[in-house]
Amino acid sequence: MDTVVLLSRLQFAFTIMFHYIFPPLTIGLGVILAYLETRYYLTRKPVFTAACQFWMKIFVLNFGIGVASGIVMEFQFGTNWATYSRFVGDVFGSALAAEGIFAFFLESGFLAVVAFGRQRVSRGFYLFSVYMVALGSIFSSVWIVVANSWQQTPAGHHVVDIMRDNGSGMAPWVIDGVVQRRAEIVNFLDLVFNPSTVQRLSHVLLGCFAVGAFFVLSVSAYFVLKNKHREFARHSINGALVLALLSSLGLALNGHTQAQNVYRYQPAKLASFEAHFDTGRADLNLIGWPNEKEERIDFDISIPGGLSFMVFDDLSFSKPVVGLDRFKPEDRPPLLLSYLSWRVMVGIGGLMIIASVLGLYYNWRRTLSDKRWLLWCFVFGIGLVMASNQAGWVGAEVGRQPWIVHPPVVWNDDGSDLVVGANGLYEYEEREGLRTVNAVSPAVNSQEAATSLILFTFLYLSLAAVWIFVLDRKIRQGPEEIEVTEDETEHGFQDASSERQHARLSQS
Amino acid sequence: MSYELLCIIWFILLNVLLIGYAILDGFDLGVGFLHPFVAKDDTERRLVMNSIGPLWDGNEVWLVTFGGALFAMFPEAYASIFSTFYLPFVLLLFALIFRAVSLEFRSKRTSPAWRTFWDILFFVGSTLAALLFGVAVGALMQGVAISERGDFLGSMLDLVSGFSLAVGLFTVALLAMHGSIYLYMKTEGVLQQRLFGWMKGTWYVYVFFFMVVTIWSTMFVPASLQHFRDNPVLWVVPLINVLAIANIMRAIKQERPFYAFISSCLVIAALVILFSANLFPNLVPAVNNAAYNITIFNGASSRLTLTIGLIIVAIGMPLVLSYTSLIYWTFRGKVTLGPDSY
Repeated sequence: MDTVVLLSRLQFAFTIMFHYIFPPLTIGLGVILAYLETRYYLTRKPVFTAACQFWMKIFVLNFGIGVASGIVMEFQFGTNWATYSRFVGDVFGSALAAEGIFAFFLESGFLAVVAFGRQRVSRGFYLFSVYMVALGSIFSSVWIVVANSWQQTPAGHHVVDIMRDNGSGMAPWVIDGVVQRRAEIVNFLDLVFNPSTVQRLSHVLLGCFAVGAFFVLSVSAYFVLKNKHREFARHSINGALVLALLSSLGLALNGHTQAQNVYRYQPAKLASFEAHFDTGRADLNLIGWPNEKEERIDFDISIPGGLSFMVFDDLSFSKPVVGLDRFKPEDRPPLLLSYLSWRVMVGIGGLMIIASVLGLYYNWRRTLSDKRWLLWCFVFGIGLVMASNQAGWVGAEVGRQPWIVHPPVVWNDDGSDLVVGANGLYEYEEREGLRTVNAVSPAVNSQEAATSLILFTFLYLSLAAVWIFVLDRKIRQGPEEIEVTEDETEHGFQDASSERQHARLSQS
Repeated sequence: MSYELLCIIWFILLNVLLIGYAILDGFDLGVGFLHPFVAKDDTERRLVMNSIGPLWDGNEVWLVTFGGALFAMFPEAYASIFSTFYLPFVLLLFALIFRAVSLEFRSKRTSPAWRTFWDILFFVGSTLAALLFGVAVGALMQGVAISERGDFLGSMLDLVSGFSLAVGLFTVALLAMHGSIYLYMKTEGVLQQRLFGWMKGTWYVYVFFFMVVTIWSTMFVPASLQHFRDNPVLWVVPLINVLAIANIMRAIKQERPFYAFISSCLVIAALVILFSANLFPNLVPAVNNAAYNITIFNGASSRLTLTIGLIIVAIGMPLVLSYTSLIYWTFRGKVTLGPDSY
């Protein structure tokens, strides 16, 4: 049983991390494409056509793999997490179904026009389709973040006994002495706008914009270093640097308030992020290694009272922060992984701000192309930005453990401490949540779970290799030859009285 | 509205989604199956792939939405079915991934080895997906052994029987026929002429499997006829089915592929309805104990969720139908290769 839990968790982690390479790229690039296509629509400058064509090809490639690896996620709730699905289906399923109807149809339909229809539809409709694809990909992130946020900070529901007809009327359904329960919606809007949705959604979207911006920066910086496609690269870098800085700063500001929100609803998670063991004035750890056994941080370099300040915006640096000592050992999240993923995310976030400020400064001084070290940082920086996105999710999901659906926490009246039992430990309301160990499919045995994990590992690693290979070739090819054919289209547009007809003729 | 009525409405809506998926992605999978046989050179292969190029992704969304709706409205059935078919569904996911990435990757290099590799994967993915869908349908019709909580008690081999394999092959034949009619409409010249033979050939194979599966299910799946005895009006469905099958051949001979295609869509719709009528009111029939059956009533979500779902559908479905028609209208006519093609 425990093996199945472990294997299922590994499989979910692996498949979702693979999947999450693609949505941030498509959401980020989608917004950039919407901008480029608008500029192209208004100015008709060839440089924008070249840029649109080039990024569009990459966008479509990523989109295809994103769709394919996304279905896997939807299936896995049922295949590996049947007990979870039964418990949350009434609530979580609605968000997933809404995602399908409102988002996936929108993006997949208009993606067809965007990818294959440039010659078939009017310029205005093409631009509209690009907007719809960008909007659709944002919508899908909305619904999936709603669903996930409900697991973190459930609201708008109640947990009820499942009623069954036992022959003499409806009664709670008892199997082997255990009452079967599930969560049911009480108020849909409260579910959608649960306490963490807005915070987390902003954070996710800003993360996606950052990925888009740094991806464009990476490719453009490479072109500058290789002295190719200078005009194209110059334009891309200007826009991407601004977006990179805005999204990185936004992430920092929003991340700060979000962490405060985490403290309020999931104090054990924040305590694990910061390896904060003893309830009381809390230091902000900068360098160290958490020592779970002795409940302290080794090699500790900290800002005294720093965490008190961060959590409460408390200028006295002294307000007490609830630590891990309030929680039973079995109720604490895995410490090292939470602590490290949090640091990776925040650390890379800081580097992103520094890199985009430096880039903007040198770009303004017009000396960016001489700063080869910085350009190389941009080329490889995208890997770190993606790692930061991944680390953020690892922190969010691992920090929620041991719960798959986190029960609410009860604070005392002035909110200074949790309401704890006589032993000083917090008692979660067990029936309001669901533990991860109790959430897997009883029908699946460890051989099956191991087989699928091995198969997924093999398949996804091969896919990743092919994807990088194809992407690398696309980027090395660059936008140049597209520019030439598009030049012809441009003349076609200019000379023709009936634009579309002639543009098509001049191409064939 | 009574709770039972809500459950029935959702059962019908799930059928609509499943019919939508089976008809739309059905021809994609059929095209994938036919791909290595009907296309003789690279240009023809590209034509075949691009005939579904802009459409397959949107078609697959019907499956995603079906899955989401099953999860939301009948979580008990979703959890039981998906964990019962654990390895078959993992393979199904692989098949769908193969199909998707072979379309994306094939055109990215010109080397023949590269293209052949993705051609093979495209065929394998499409065929395997069709086969597994059929096997799952067949196994569900027969019922599975589940615990009181709805967890599968058997092993994977229990799901593979002569009957479920026959339904699997039947599905491949059906979608091959459906796909060949679709391709016939989208192509011209030599390729189209070659498809004429394939349309007829797959029709005969399909009729053969249709008879096998019909006889087998009426004789060995006793529940399958129960509803027809209780509600004789249901006989309309198999009647439409048989008429539509006959009309396919008639339309093929008259060289009116669009009529053949419409008939083939009707056949698929009738088959999905037959499958559902056969299951109703169960979603998962328990062979070991009828009290453990997961039905559309005891497996459904709360009244509020079913109602919210209806509101979502009422807002969303008109939008979905308008995008879908728009896209099919934009990409109407014979497939041609352009700068944006795969």
